[in-house]
Order: sequence, then structure tokens, then C-alpha cells
Amino acid sequence: MQYLLVNYEQTAAVILFCIGFSTMLLHKNLLKKIIGMDIMDAGIFLFLACQGFIKGRVAPIVENGVQDVEAYINPVPAGLVLTGIVVSVSVTALMLALTVRLYYRYHTLNLDEMIALAGKEEV
Amino acid sequence: MAKKNKKSRWIDRMNGWLSDEQGALEREMEAAQEQAAAPDIEKLSPAELRWAQEEQEEEKRIEAAMHTWTEKKALPFARALYNLLCVGICVTMIALLLYTVTTLPAFGDPNHPINNEVSARYIEKGLQETGAVNIVTGMILDYRAFDTLGESSVLFTAAMVVLFLLRKDKDSARYSQLAQTMDQNPHSDTYYEPKNDIILQKTATILVPIVLLLGVYVVLNGHLSPGGGFSGGAIMGAGLILYVTAFGFDKMRRFFTYKTYQRVVLVALLTYAISKCYSFYTGANHIESIIPLGTPGAILSSGLILVLNICVGFIVACTMYCFYAVFRKGEL
Repeated sequence: MQYLLVNYEQTAAVILFCIGFSTMLLHKNLLKKIIGMDIMDAGIFLFLACQGFIKGRVAPIVENGVQDVEAYINPVPAGLVLTGIVVSVSVTALMLALTVRLYYRYHTLNLDEMIALAGKEEV
Repeated sequence: MAKKNKKSRWIDRMNGWLSDEQGALEREMEAAQEQAAAPDIEKLSPAELRWAQEEQEEEKRIEAAMHTWTEKKALPFARALYNLLCVGICVTMIALLLYTVTTLPAFGDPNHPINNEVSARYIEKGLQETGAVNIVTGMILDYRAFDTLGESSVLFTAAMVVLFLLRKDKDSARYSQLAQTMDQNPHSDTYYEPKNDIILQKTATILVPIVLLLGVYVVLNGHLSPGGGFSGGAIMGAGLILYVTAFGFDKMRRFFTYKTYQRVVLVALLTYAISKCYSFYTGANHIESIIPLGTPGAILSSGLILVLNICVGFIVACTMYCFYAVFRKGEL
């Protein structure tokens, strides 16, 4: 238990991830599924960002010519999070566009109704 | 011959589905039903006829019973099972991940295995090798520039797919009925054009130049301070979106049309790709920039990074505006 409190940021990230995951699984509305996916993304970014943090060090922007490893936090997770955010934006836009097209065709956002309508069309 | 016929029919159906013809599937279903419901009754004797009728009624009753059983028992059961399984998976996942967190190194620990020789090298040699004061920018636009090129391409591809799915053109009459009614409904977003919203317009007059200027500043200072192409581009995109919300698409199209979007993004992506791909011809080693690195801390320093930041900024700003415009109006 005290480990969870020591790593409180990672704990928060894991809880955010699980909230998003269960939203994605349990809701039938497609928009809510997309929101769940974005919450999952936020959890992963928080997790990655706090992996790179080191206590007592500053952001990796060289100041006064100090180029010591002991002075700056890890720059690699920041780059990874940047990549992740861009891909997350693209995927969200793509999912929303597909949802709009599905709504035009089936006039509903409920996934169950949509599957039932699609099944009727198949017969 | 029959095979060819079948194939052409499949292509017809595919075309109908692609152009979202509402009636096509229904007509097909009706034709199939008519074919099925045409038995040759004339040849049968009265006894056989009665027998066939009874059989049909029996079949209908069984079908109805099956239907009510699926509706009343099987579907709720399947839903309950699905929800139960989902909750089980979520709880298991939370437990597993929380257990993993307890075994991680402590938060902010300098001896975390992630702080290895790679990040040490970036911090110690980054300024000399890339000329960027901001080590993260030096990393993503010099050491890992191909990664960032892929990122820009992902954004570009997403914009292309959204345009492909939602853009309205001459054929928009062949969209579904709902899309058409949405076009003519005065309450819908695709119809509505803001006119003379004085508060929004006055605010936008003050804010849009400031927002765009801040975006340009963040892009141009990407190698000196926090920020860079992606964040600056997002800020500029927000400025464009604010402008179009206040003044409408007609005023926006005076300087930003679909053609502008195409040209700006194409030129920016090509510049990025060419300036980074020539390292293949130099042996794919560390990329020697033609431009001198300059003094660290000055705006015109760090060689190619400034150019690449500007390219990425243009791509992101245009793509953000494109997403907004296409989702709202179906065109740029």
C-alpha cells in the first residue's frame, strides 16, 4: 500500500487508464466509447511523463551552459509523449469521422441497435 | 458467364453501398422475398393444400416462439453476461496494473533504469551536435527526425481520410437523406453561418492577431524554449478556428481555401522529407547539416531544426483547421 502512495502519479495514471478502458467496454454509445479511448490516452501520457521525472532536477533546456546529466530530467519520455499526443489526435479525428458516417446511415449512435440494423440488411 | 454476372452484381452492390444509396439494399431484399414467397399452389390437391397450410402455420408459430425467446431470455442473458465479463476484465486489469505499480522504482528516483546512457548522451552532447538549447527539440528533430516525419505523415493521412469521409462535393445529393435534411435545417451547424455576432467579432478582432503571433513565436523559438512545431501549430490552428467562428467561411476563403491547404501541406511535407531523406545518400549516419549551427541561444541557430519546426508548424495548423472545418461544414 505504501508503494502505491510513493508512486502516486503512476497510480493515478493506472486508475485513469482503467476508467477509460471500462468506459470503452461498458457504454453502448459510440461517442462515449471514443471519450473512453481519449481518457485511456491521457492515462498513458501521464504514466510516460512521470517515468522521466527525477526529483530536484529541471526541464532539459540548457541554462548557463550547464551540460551535466545530474542537472536535467530525462528528455526521452517527453519526445515519446509528443508522438503519442499527435497520433491520439489523428485517431480521434478518424473515429469521429467514421461515427458521423455511421450516424448518416443508421440514424443511431447505439452500437447494439446499429448491429441489429446491419444484421437486417445482411439477410 | 454466370460467374461474370455474379461478379458484376457484386460490384454494383459495392458501388451502391459506397455511394450510400438508401433504397438499394431495401429493393434487393424485397426482390429476394418475392422470389421466396411464390410456391406453386395450383398443382396441389385440397388435402395436400390444407396439410401445407398447417405446416406453414406451425413453422410460423415456432418462429414466433423462437423470436420471443431470443427477445425475452437470450438477449438479456447475453447482455448480462457481457456486462459481467467486462466488469471482471476491468477489475482484473486494475488489480494487475496496481500490482505492477507497487513493483516500479520510486517516483523521481535518479537510479530508475530509464535514465540510461541514451538520455545521458542526449544531455551531454546534444547542444554541440544539434545546436538546440532545448534538448527535447534537438532530440525529436535531429536524432529522431524520421520519427517526427512519420508523425507528420500520420496527421496528414488522418486529414486525408477525414476529408475523404466527410467532404461534400457535387455528389452530395447521393448522401443519405439525413445529411440532406441537415443541410437545410436552420438549426443545424452545417447550415448555420454566424452573422454579426458583435461580441464574438470584437473579441476575435483583438484576440486572433495575438493568438497567431503567439503561435509564430512558439514555432520560431522551438529550439530555444519549451514548445516547437506541434504546440505552436496547434496554437495557430486555434487562431484560425477562432477567426472562422467569428467571421464565417466566406471571409476565411479570401485567404484560405482547399487549394491553399493542399499546397501548404504538400510543400511543408516535401521540404521535411527531402531535407531529411538526403541522409540516406550520405550513408545514413549522423546527419551533417549544410547550414552552420550558429551560436546556441540565437534565433538563427541549430541549422535545419528551425526549418523543420516551421514545416511541422504549418502542417499542424492547417490540419487542425481542416479537421474543424470539415466536421462543421463538410468543406474547407
